[in-house]
Amino acid sequence: MTNKILGYRRENGRVGIRNHVVILPLDDLSNAACEAVANNIKGTLALPHPYGRLQFGEDLDLHFRTLIGAGSNPNVAAVVVIGIEPVWTNRVVEGIAKTGKPVAGFAIEKNGDLNTIAAASRKALEFVQFATELPRVPCDLKELWVSCKCGESDTTSGIASNPTVGNAFDKLYENGNTLLFGETTELTGGEHLVAARCVNDEVRAKFQASFDRYAALVEAHKTDDLCDSQPTKGNIEGGLTTIEEKALGNIQKIGRKCKVHGVLDKAEAPTGPGLWYMDSSSAAAEMVTLCAAAGFVAHFFPTGQGNIIGNPILPVIKLSANPRTVRTMSEHIDVDVSGILRREMNYDAAGDKLLERLIQTANGRVTAAEGLGHREFVFTRLYESA
Amino acid sequence: MAVDFIVHEAGDSVGVVVVEGVKAGQNLTGWVMAEDQTITIKVLNDIPIGHKIALQDLATGDTVMKYRTDIGRVVAPIKKGAHLHVHNVKTKRW
Repeated sequence: MTNKILGYRRENGRVGIRNHVVILPLDDLSNAACEAVANNIKGTLALPHPYGRLQFGEDLDLHFRTLIGAGSNPNVAAVVVIGIEPVWTNRVVEGIAKTGKPVAGFAIEKNGDLNTIAAASRKALEFVQFATELPRVPCDLKELWVSCKCGESDTTSGIASNPTVGNAFDKLYENGNTLLFGETTELTGGEHLVAARCVNDEVRAKFQASFDRYAALVEAHKTDDLCDSQPTKGNIEGGLTTIEEKALGNIQKIGRKCKVHGVLDKAEAPTGPGLWYMDSSSAAAEMVTLCAAAGFVAHFFPTGQGNIIGNPILPVIKLSANPRTVRTMSEHIDVDVSGILRREMNYDAAGDKLLERLIQTANGRVTAAEGLGHREFVFTRLYESA
Repeated sequence: MAVDFIVHEAGDSVGVVVVEGVKAGQNLTGWVMAEDQTITIKVLNDIPIGHKIALQDLATGDTVMKYRTDIGRVVAPIKKGAHLHVHNVKTKRW
């Protein structure tokens, strides 16, 4: 396996594998202007979303962290931010500007959509020309931050596709990469196994506190035993019976050698190499968006029944071991590891196959989700708006 | 050798069917991954791919083991070779 990839080295030293010029709305009201700019200027990417008004406290902090994190992601070359008013718009601009990348903000009040779109479009064209002058340069594989999250899991996930990610993660861990997993509720029944992998007692206590907080949230809001939600209907169709069984399969993704170096809040960036745990929802689009906002540039997504998720700025590499899924939904699958079930392939070979796909993706190969236009950009909300 | 079902570890109560079209009455071959052993069992129900087969008789209240870990409790008696799923096993959490 080669240890070099061709990536984009950003102003702050981080390595990206995509070169997006993002048109980022501060709030729901500014989606239309962002989409108009993206329509005017080819090679830009609008990221519409439904939030950003009257949020407060920790929920507002998370909103800003998600927006600033997405704009700061090394897969993004430059950003145009559009908001209804200038104060919060500038807060996002200033947050992204800390990376050193080009970023400009536009506010709609006192201008209207049309003047805003005209000014923002001129800036967007400038940014596209800036971005397309940037060459891919040789970078070390270990500079890639790689996250993981599984979806529409079934029993084949725990037998094959999740252990394949685990094998690849073990190899990347030893290589010095920065790695991430999360999905707090989907550790239920195997939380003791994650606790045992924490690098020290301080990290273990922080992990346990995250887990207990989420368990209390479920307890406070549940109206039944969650047998309609967790496992999902797709999980159950695929043969998973209980949350414990689902969790034990899920945990295969962290391999056998990786230690958990730290616990992150939602959309929080890690501070060094190793495997990090993010306290997060288990819903695919929410979790992958949080990974993107935390600065991860490539994502492993094992699926059993065939979750089709993608993300606009974080390439999602999908793998499955379910022979029915790889047959009936082949256009969604980047890596077929169903050979494990037929004993034609072992974890080591499957992990190498996934790493080979990671390197190809890093060098520019379009993932299934990118090619199919899956751009799920979904924010986690903590509570109601004011 | 290809197999009909896979067991994570010896001592687990269940195996996972990994081929399509399993019908009641078939004799199935299973692979115990951790120990690399081969076992056989007669299946009592049609079982879809990905669903579980009980490797032993289980009584109401028993704990179901997979990955040599507790995955839930039996809520209706299960015969060796039967389909084990949400109709006869529930979570112990939540």
